[in-house]
Order: sequence, then structure tokens, then C-alpha cells
Amino acid sequence: MSVPSRIEKRFAALEEAGRGGLVVFVTAGDPDASTSAEILSALPRSGADIIELGMPFSDPMADGPVIQMSSQRALGNGASLRKTLAMVEEFRRGDDETPIILMGYFNPIYVYGTDAFAAEAKAAGADGLIVVDLPHEEEHELGAPARAAGLDLIHLATPTLGDERLPLVLEGASGFLYYVSIAGITGTASATAADIGRAVERLRRHTELPIAVGFGIKTPDQVASVAAVADAAVVGSALVGKIAENLDADGAPRPGLVAAVLTFVSDLAEGARRAARKP
Amino acid sequence: MESLNTYRAGPDERGHFGIYGGRYVAETLMPLVLEVGRAYGEARDDPAFARDLTHYLAHYVGRPSPLYFAERTTREFGGAKVYFKREDLNHTGAHKINNCVGQILLARRMGKKRIIAETGAGQHGVAAATVCALFDIPCTVYMGVTDIERQAPNVFRMKMLGAEVRPVTAGKGTLKDAMNETIRDWVANVDDTYYLIGTVAGPHPYPAMVRDFQCVIGDEVRAQMQAAEGRLPDTLLACIGGGSNAIGLFHPFLDDGTVGIVAVEAAGEGIGTGKHAASVGAGRPGVLHGSRSYLLQDGDGQIEEAHSISAGLDYPGIGPEHAWLKDVGRVEYVSVTDDEAVAAFRQCTRLEGIIPALESAHALAHAAKIAGTLPADHLLVVNMSGRGDKDLDTMAKAAGAGT
Repeated sequence: MSVPSRIEKRFAALEEAGRGGLVVFVTAGDPDASTSAEILSALPRSGADIIELGMPFSDPMADGPVIQMSSQRALGNGASLRKTLAMVEEFRRGDDETPIILMGYFNPIYVYGTDAFAAEAKAAGADGLIVVDLPHEEEHELGAPARAAGLDLIHLATPTLGDERLPLVLEGASGFLYYVSIAGITGTASATAADIGRAVERLRRHTELPIAVGFGIKTPDQVASVAAVADAAVVGSALVGKIAENLDADGAPRPGLVAAVLTFVSDLAEGARRAARKP
Repeated sequence: MESLNTYRAGPDERGHFGIYGGRYVAETLMPLVLEVGRAYGEARDDPAFARDLTHYLAHYVGRPSPLYFAERTTREFGGAKVYFKREDLNHTGAHKINNCVGQILLARRMGKKRIIAETGAGQHGVAAATVCALFDIPCTVYMGVTDIERQAPNVFRMKMLGAEVRPVTAGKGTLKDAMNETIRDWVANVDDTYYLIGTVAGPHPYPAMVRDFQCVIGDEVRAQMQAAEGRLPDTLLACIGGGSNAIGLFHPFLDDGTVGIVAVEAAGEGIGTGKHAASVGAGRPGVLHGSRSYLLQDGDGQIEEAHSISAGLDYPGIGPEHAWLKDVGRVEYVSVTDDEAVAAFRQCTRLEGIIPALESAHALAHAAKIAGTLPADHLLVVNMSGRGDKDLDTMAKAAGAGT
């Protein structure tokens, strides 16, 4: 019997508490390294159950303007994949329980070296990976070293996923399944609660994995409605937007930035906590 | 150099040319990419599709394009016998229309109701807007703001043809950024939209499909040279941004061992300055826009901006099949600078009365370098991939800057 992972333990605890979880996305190094580290370390006590840490990329093709800009800010202030891993390592000194999922695009990982990246990400304390432009057909190159290192590969299910392709997406998925609730980029349209409910129900017939739902979830109420049917709700652009709102004209963080971000996380977490789970 | 029976068998069924190519797209797009692959496979095997394609290429595009013996250029260079493949004489003024005719017929077959496209120099945008006008399909073209400024005539042409031109402000506002934005549109409009990619890049099947539609260039050259000289050419030259005009000329000759093949990248202000678009000469393998290929990137895998006076070559990558042809050594990849291309543009205009696109002027500039070193019976073909009317503003500015 293998030791349960941080992700497994967290979803087990959520189930015991009878509520859905809150997954938050921030871009590593946004708006700068020290502010980003400060936000990251405070996310758990503000109510984030799981953290997706974005690995900045120059050409984030699946992201809307808000997350594109966050990547640009981070890269402009010297972010790199190596520094992202160092950030995870630093976070782990103060928190050994909150799962961290590294999320991004394949090229920086490929250039880093897939074997080295998988080993170092695990050693730094990351728990899983979401690589947006690595569908089933191309995953093997990273999948083998990541699994060997003990990282979960979190797969994306989408509204365009037909029955014939569903088994391929589930093959090799671990940790949880991420349902992208709209056909579109981050931070744009929102799916209806009814559509999300139907999609989650369908996925549950095919997998035992917990299901997190993201894209277009912007408010505590939306978190509550998603957390009522899924195992977790993911908020990214709305949170990253709070960072953008609290920059001065030169792009430097204004004094209240960290507090504004964390207050928003607390509000979102309250949404997750009041969600009545379906039995 | 690898020893192969054929250089023309790729890609494999998963879209790989050696380690290059593939389908590196978001899961949302995978069903669409697979659908394009299936539909193209069926179309390719359907004689009715081939008949339609041949019909429009002949009567709408004006094919075959001439293979023109450039007598004054030959005399001036003082060596090899120089021929121009006149893709500049196609309807809309460049090779791009060959691919657009093929893909619009495919999109219609698939029942798609809306076309999206990216464009750099605007030649592909114009060609896409043209076939959309012909078949009465709404067309949205994404174009970087830098390119909108330097290729204003083409922006106007696209609008006249009824296309919506959406400016892209991200990044440096060039082709790479336009392609990102087109992919984002596709992800958000999966039900009715067809992405008409303009070059041999993107996820499988695009690099192979666009190549197939452009191979008409090389197939014609083979027959035309046979008629003119009774044999195969000795050297083929083409400029390369994404690489569609180059692969279209080269591919039919890849297995003819006597034919030397050279692709010319844009060296911008010089490779040493860092301001260039020489993805093969100065890039490394990486993954962008759906496939693995040579890319301009930093040590962290962040894509770097390309620089070229020619908007059509201003892209930090090349098609995956080119990356493979480079690695196996079948095609030689060289580069010429902005200044050399501008000089070749002027020379061709005065010697032949042909105003070449700045893209094609890169191939001409390399011809100027090598033709004089070759014997008089050496047959050199330069792909005149497009005409230069769109570049007159840029040339005027280059003159103003004392270039």
C-alpha cells in the first residue's frame, strides 16, 4: 500500500468535512518574486485547499488577457522555471499539507529537460502537473519521468470531449480530473450550473478520481454552486485580476495588494464552505 | 547524413517528422484537429476533390505559373542560368492562394461556416479573404499591429474583400502573436469555425496538408524545366519563414540526389545582433503553436521575438518538416540580411522589371551570392514566391533611412 499523496489526503479531508474544495491559481513570480512568494505562503490560511502555481510562458495560447498579462509581468521581473521550483521549495518549509500543482505549457519543461524537471519538481515539493498543450497523444515524453518521480498527471476534460475519446483522456490520469467547463480560453465566459452539473455527472460514471471544475468561475457564489456538484472549484483569472488591479502606473505593487488578494481568497473560500454537497 | 530510401514519406501517422511535428494543442482542440485530419485524409483520396482543386487552380489562380528564364539577371550574376518560378503572377500575388484554395474546399466539405486565419505580411490574409469572398463564407483575420502598419495595402485589400481584420497588440505585434490569437479564437468557437493556417506549421495534419497543397509549385517546375532544358534543375532556392513556398518547391525533388536544395532565412540586422529571424541558424528545438521544431528561444524556453524587414519572414520558428530536413542534411539552410534583401529587391526590379516581395528578395540575394561561382550550364531556380507591391512603403522607408 503506497503512502497517500497530499492530493489524496486533501480530497479525503474535504469529503470528511462534507464540502467541496477551493483550488486557486496564481502565476509564479507575479507581479514580482517577493510579492508572489508572500501571496503563495498565505494562500492556505486564507482558505485555499489546493494551489495551482502557473509556470510563466511567453506564449500562453489557452489563456485570456488576464493570465497573459500575469505571465508577462512575471517574466518581465525575471521569473523562470528554475525560480518557480525554488518558490515551491520555499513554500514547503512552512506548509507540508497543501497540494501544489504546477500548471503551464510544455516548451519551458522540454527545454529544462523532462527527466530533470520531473525529479526536481518532486524534490521541491510539487504534487502534480497540468501541461496545457500536452494532450494524450504527446504526453508520454513527460508522463514517464513524472510518474517515475511520483508526480500526478492531472488531465483536462472539456466540453468537446466525446465518448470515444473519453477513455484516452482518463488513461494515465491521476490526482484529480480537471473539467474545463467552457470551450474557450481562461477568464472569459462561464458555463451554466446546469451544464456543469450534467458534465460532472457524466464524468463520474467513468472515473473514481475527484473532479475539479475551472474556467469562468469568478465569484464566491459561483464557487458555491460548483462546489455543490464537483469536488472542487478552480479560480484563476478573477484572482490574478486582483493583482493587476492593485498595481501602480509603473506596474509596482501598491501597499494593499497582498491583503486585497487574500481577502478575495477568503471570500471565495467562504463560498466553498457554504456549499451544500449533494450526498 | 542519414541514409534513407526516400525523404518524402513523412510524417508518420501521429504527425511526426523524426522528433519534430506532432499535435501539441489543448485538449479542447484535439477533437477538432483529429477531425481536420480525418476529413483531409478522405478528401485526398476523393477524385472529385482533386478535380475541384485542379479546376480552381487553373481557372481562378491562373496556374501553371511560368518558369521564366531571367536572362539579364543571369548575365549580371555571370554564372549559373537563373530561372524564376513566377508565383508572384498567381491571383492575389503570391503562392499563398494555392493552399487557401485547397483548404477552403476542405472547409466546405466539412460544413464549416466561418474561417479564421493568421497573417504576417498579409499575403495569406488576402488569399484567405479572397477564397472566403468566392465561396461566401465569413472570414476573420488576425494580424499583429506592427504588421498592420507596415503592410497597410494588404489590410485594405482584406477589408475590401469583406474580411474582418482583428489587430493583435500582444508581444511585438507580429505573426507569432497573430497565431496565438487565432488559436484562442478557435478554442472559443469549436462548433462552426475552420482554422485556415497559412504555412507548414501548427499541429498535424496542417504541416503535411499545406505542403501537399503547395507541391504544385515543384511539380510544375519539374515539368517546365524538362520542357525548357530537357533535364532536372541543379539548384533550388527559396526563402523561408514558416516554409510553405520552400517546401512546395523542394518536396517533389527531395529524392532527386543531383538536385541541390537551399532555403534562405531572414538574418534581419545580422545573426550576431540578435535581431533576426534565423530559427534554424540560431534556434533550438522546442514546442510552439502545436508542433515541435526549431525555435528562437532563451535558455528558459521563452520564445524570443523575431526581427526581419520582411513581415512574412518575421516568425521565430519554421515548419517541422524543415527542421527534420535540416537534421538529416537534405536541405541546406542559409540566411541573408535585411540590407542584402533590399539590394536584391532593387536589382531585380531594375534588371527584370519584376518587383519581388521582400520575402522572395531573400532568395534572390542568396542567388546573387552563389550564381557567379557556378558554371554557365548550371540550372538555378529561384522561387519568386510573391510580388512586392505591398512592400513599397517599407522600401521607401529603407531608402529614407539611407539603407
